[in-house]
Amino acid sequence: MPEAGMVIVGGGKAGARAIVALRENGWAGSITLVCDEVLLPYDRPPLSKAAITDEAEHEPSYLLDDGMIASLDARLLSGAAAISIDRNQKTVTLANGVSISYDRLLLAPGAEPRRLTQPGAERALMLRDLADAKTIRQVFTPSASVAIIGGGFIGLELAASATKRGCSVTVIEAQPRILMRGVPEEISRVVAQRHKAAGCTILVATSVERISSKSVILSDGTDVAADVVIAGIGASPRTGLAEQAGLATDNGIACNALLQTSDPFVFAAGDCCSFPHATFGNTRMRFEAWRNASDQAIVAAENMLGGERSYDVVPWFWSDQFDLTLQIAGQPHLGTTAVRRPMKDNAFILCHMDADGRLVGASGIGPGNAIARDIRLLEMLIGKWATPDPSSLADASFQLKSLVRSLATI
Amino acid sequence: MSQWIEVCAVDDIDEEDVMKFDHKGQTFAIYHSPDNKFYATDGLCTHEKVHLADGLVMDHIIECPKHNGRFDYRNGAAKGAPACVNLKTYPTKTESGKVLIDIGQ
Repeated sequence: MPEAGMVIVGGGKAGARAIVALRENGWAGSITLVCDEVLLPYDRPPLSKAAITDEAEHEPSYLLDDGMIASLDARLLSGAAAISIDRNQKTVTLANGVSISYDRLLLAPGAEPRRLTQPGAERALMLRDLADAKTIRQVFTPSASVAIIGGGFIGLELAASATKRGCSVTVIEAQPRILMRGVPEEISRVVAQRHKAAGCTILVATSVERISSKSVILSDGTDVAADVVIAGIGASPRTGLAEQAGLATDNGIACNALLQTSDPFVFAAGDCCSFPHATFGNTRMRFEAWRNASDQAIVAAENMLGGERSYDVVPWFWSDQFDLTLQIAGQPHLGTTAVRRPMKDNAFILCHMDADGRLVGASGIGPGNAIARDIRLLEMLIGKWATPDPSSLADASFQLKSLVRSLATI
Repeated sequence: MSQWIEVCAVDDIDEEDVMKFDHKGQTFAIYHSPDNKFYATDGLCTHEKVHLADGLVMDHIIECPKHNGRFDYRNGAAKGAPACVNLKTYPTKTESGKVLIDIGQ
């Protein structure tokens, strides 16, 4: 057995990024990545989009290839899940019986799609990995009727992809509107209109009674034709391994601001990690987002090597649906007022301010990357606890960069 | 061989900003640096083919609007994951108030 070193459980974005970050921070000892999928770590954002809509069979976008793994001198153990941790012996045991010693352990197992519980739920497909995307691609055939249960990001991105492939799509959402969690109503309205313009039907405030062999039956008796049923009703953090090892959990693997679990030799990053966020009153938060996975891996890697860096990155994520990109930074729901910043091409950004005038969130939507630059600048301002003048934010010709500059020197 | 083509007027791009420039099926990003110089790179991020001209310029860094890959636009150097492959750069010059880039090999 090689000398104990850094062991990472989970081959997603966080796990792959952590390997690179450990080397960037000068770690010269062994690094082992344990991944239950047989594939090399790959990027997941395309799974709901290009992997479904590309003309040719989608080639995964690998985060690390064999050459990179060799040059990073990392050991990849794929195809076997980690099933237990012995924190006294500092070992991880895999499903195939292999046991690995660690000095420091990073848990990055991600999240698991929630399952429907209604009768017929076994018909519903879910999207989490490449194999799921391949299955969904095969059944999104032209003119197939597709019922998507859940009007969140996965559901809506798959709805757009199904529409592009010529399917007849119905989105079924239990809440009064789509994107209820984390997205302001004005933004969700633009998304809904875009889907409707493309021919998609959106049903809100209605719940699923059962799923039959050819339809989804709603609680009001409506029968939604469905050759294909998709469930996109959220995800739960994969905490089983941590719980079994006696680590504290709290809506995820409970970490401190250093992303350290209740065992100082064990860290967590990505969708599974809950931590107190210093930028937002040390409220415990957990994010299921690509950049969060990457940024947390960087901080966790540094702290695994003895660093003491708190994770206080302003959360940011995007969603692409048709020609529109939505981006959200910070915590819009903490805002008490929203200032509308108009942009070209009918794009706009809402700047969310709290009662003290502090900028706490920014949410925008528009074609392509129309809003990307200003959202990025607003994200920086959120991180600096800025209290910008609302009339400046509302003025499209006002350069946000000047505000970032003025705060950079303080 | 040099092949200089005209891009825009010098005041079409603010200092510390970037502009997209398309020419015969190729796309470029043209930068006006804070020290009043002009630079040109390939227009698409080497990571996921996103237009860099929608990104943010801070000092001599261009940041991809999608995944925050960063490059030094003066020499195209990738500044770390997810941007691992350098950007191709092109010579620039200004003449009579115009910005030109050399797209010859």
